[in-house]
Amino acid sequence: MNLAYRDICHNLGRFLLTCLGLALLLGVVMAMIGIYRGIVVDALTISRAPAVDLWVVEANSRGPFAEASRIPGDVREAVARIAGVTAAGGITYQTVEADHQSRKLRLYVIGYEPTRPGGPPEIVEGRAVVRSHFEMVADQASGLVLGDRIELGRNTFAVVGLTRHQVNSGGDPAVYITLGDAQKLQFDLGPPAARVQIARGTAGAGRDTVNAVIARLQPNASVDAVAETVRRWKHFSAITQAEQEDILSRSLVDRARRQIGLFTTILLFVSAVIIALIIYTMTMEKLKQIATLKLIGAPDRTIVLMIVQQALALGLIGFVLGTAMILAIKDHFPRRVVLEADNVAGLGLIVLAVCIASSGLGVRAALRVDPATAIGG
Amino acid sequence: MPLNGDPLVRLDHISKHFGTGTTRVDALRDVSLTVYPRQVVALLGPSGSGKTTLLNVIGCILAASSGSMALDGERVIEDGRWLRSDLRRLRLDKIGFIFQFHNLIPFLDATDNVALVLRLAGKDAETARARAAELLDYLEVGNRRSAMPAKLSGGEAQRVAIARALANRPRIILADEPTAALDSKRAGIVMDLLRKVAIDQEAAIIAVTHDEKIFDRFDHIFALRDGRLEADGASPA
Repeated sequence: MNLAYRDICHNLGRFLLTCLGLALLLGVVMAMIGIYRGIVVDALTISRAPAVDLWVVEANSRGPFAEASRIPGDVREAVARIAGVTAAGGITYQTVEADHQSRKLRLYVIGYEPTRPGGPPEIVEGRAVVRSHFEMVADQASGLVLGDRIELGRNTFAVVGLTRHQVNSGGDPAVYITLGDAQKLQFDLGPPAARVQIARGTAGAGRDTVNAVIARLQPNASVDAVAETVRRWKHFSAITQAEQEDILSRSLVDRARRQIGLFTTILLFVSAVIIALIIYTMTMEKLKQIATLKLIGAPDRTIVLMIVQQALALGLIGFVLGTAMILAIKDHFPRRVVLEADNVAGLGLIVLAVCIASSGLGVRAALRVDPATAIGG
Repeated sequence: MPLNGDPLVRLDHISKHFGTGTTRVDALRDVSLTVYPRQVVALLGPSGSGKTTLLNVIGCILAASSGSMALDGERVIEDGRWLRSDLRRLRLDKIGFIFQFHNLIPFLDATDNVALVLRLAGKDAETARARAAELLDYLEVGNRRSAMPAKLSGGEAQRVAIARALANRPRIILADEPTAALDSKRAGIVMDLLRKVAIDQEAAIIAVTHDEKIFDRFDHIFALRDGRLEADGASPA
């Protein structure tokens, strides 16, 4: 005879309502974990998109994401000639705001050479950029659709392809254009400013500048050896893909990560307190019954088991409902919510541990009940 | 009522006090009491006279400060010390409890409330439920065996509670105000049932009561005042 199960069945509506409340709380915890994972994934997405092994950037810079980096575009030729490098490409990154259909679009513009590394990893609709100018592949998160035309700087670009989940660490959707167009967008001055530069005699400087040169290596090549070669050139820094990801996850999103991590910890703590209170209250409501059970000869383990089983059932049902709820709505969040199986399983284990620990309060109260209290009004 | 066999409950010079020094309260003073099989006895007394304390001592819930006690032939307390460590098992095997407000477990139906005691004693589910059904029939509430306690009338609930007290065939039944929540007709029925149980099961029934309308149903009425047993006489009826 399972007393916990019978008690739950007897008060099923109230128990399920309690589970629902807990599910909402755990859903928020899970959303926070998902948002946290989303920020990390978003931050790494753009650096992983070109699928390269090495980033050549300005000397003493940890660019192009964490710090500014500008190097001559022809560095690409030198990098491409290093033994072990199979492909190299210049790349630029910049954030722009553009007007589109009466609204401001904040876009992360990536300039790349279509025949070299740096382009979109996957096109889910349409095609890649094939013309030298004024074509764009945009991420679906931008709201742009195939055939849309959008003005960036002094030129109008046509959307020819769409990607998915290509956003930067700030959540801005990426758009891919040719390197030439990107350089023009980034480095060309407006007519008044250009006239000033001409008057000062500083005009005419080449605009073949990129933020980084990225390189793909042969499978058996040593990325550290190639990086070391580049570092010997002075004026340049070489960052391996692993280092780049480390910079992104540790530096760029570190504060956001810690903020959300702390908030998630607080939420978990609040959840633990609430679970403990629920279980304690459930136990306190049954003190007379517990006293009676003790008096008629129920061993302590029967009573402990009843409380712990109810706590576990509460946690488990709340967790399953919370998970289902967040899975159902996660795609409606403005930023990506990434729920990975190990995170969900980890939270599940934490919830179970919290339930067992929280039931300690109820168990303590139950074990202290004097069976004599069953006698008398 | 003729006395036969050895006493089921025997208390020799039992005392119980709480606190020490100026805060000391003597709840029981030198109480000696003997109850035989088939006897139905009452404990009377005003509030604070020690009735519940005495019931708790006999029920192996509370240790005596001094004196000896034997239950069903087994010495349980000697010089104020427990001679058994497993009091839970002792209660389960030898004593049945009936409460003022029945104290049925609200999330178990009538059958399971009775079967629970047998399950705790180690009986399998089928045997426990069969015995529970038999007891409910015996107490004439067999037609309510699937009812939850909240759906039972006061009299029915108290009969289920009596069935629960009898489930493990204890020979000592302690009842705390068993008829206080019942009208006189139902109180009479419950007392008749307790009498029947005492005879059929060779049991001793000790009830704490203030209910004057059932005084005539007891073989002996023991009056407690300030922790002392003042009277030991036959029922006035």
